[in-house]
Amino acid sequence: MTVGLQHYLILSAALAALGMIAMVSRRNAITILMGIELLLNAAAINFVAFSRYGPSGGAPQFGGQVFGIFVIVLAAAEAAIALAIIIAIYHHRSSINADELQSMQR
Amino acid sequence: MTTTDAFFWVFAAMVLLPGVMVVFSRNLLYAAFSLLFTLAGVAGLYALLGADFLAVTQVLVYIGGILVLILFGVMFTQKVYDLKAEAMSFKRRRAAVLGVLVFTALTAAILSVDWPQSTREMQPTSAPLGNLLLSEYLLPFEMISVLLLVVLIGAVVVGKKEVQE
Repeated sequence: MTVGLQHYLILSAALAALGMIAMVSRRNAITILMGIELLLNAAAINFVAFSRYGPSGGAPQFGGQVFGIFVIVLAAAEAAIALAIIIAIYHHRSSINADELQSMQR
Repeated sequence: MTTTDAFFWVFAAMVLLPGVMVVFSRNLLYAAFSLLFTLAGVAGLYALLGADFLAVTQVLVYIGGILVLILFGVMFTQKVYDLKAEAMSFKRRRAAVLGVLVFTALTAAILSVDWPQSTREMQPTSAPLGNLLLSEYLLPFEMISVLLLVVLIGAVVVGKKEVQE
């Protein structure tokens, strides 16, 4: 069976599910961040795969790859801000356990 | 099975197996280093899909930048003796069920559609991407540059230590 568009889509679905598990089940804020990175990568794989497959011999389409670049830039921005927040929290409380960070819930 | 297909399966394994490690490893450092293989595998998939510029960007920005940031965060916020501290909560089983449900639903939806099997022509992507960024996608491009400036300032403001209390 030749590899087609659906293989890439299913692969990215699996990656998204893994990222979702990491986001929901992990306690450490940094591993939650890693889960978000997995989710963003899954979305970017979809964009690029859709820009590759289409009518045979058709003109190349690059819109999906542009969005892939945007995803990478946004992931970089998100990682920088999230780590700054995590380190600020660590300075205050010496812990980055996401289950203990509840002071804004009251 | 062609060589391209073989490469796809290699990269798929390279993405998913370390991905499982990222989710379930108890040692944070192992999780971070597994993320390296996952991101490299995604770069390989981009190359297979004909996105050469994106593959290089993935290696440069993700592996060279974001992963180093994450590793820095891991080492900065964990005491060395604390590195193996449990990182998984009791919600693990429910989260795994949720993940399997999401994956099954997505896969069922994907398999129910007749996707186009043929590929478009391949060509070097750097020049057309540059043209697109400065014509059709100019507005998002400019917005993202403003966002990067905001992030640059914001990260410094949030991350700096309070001097006076």
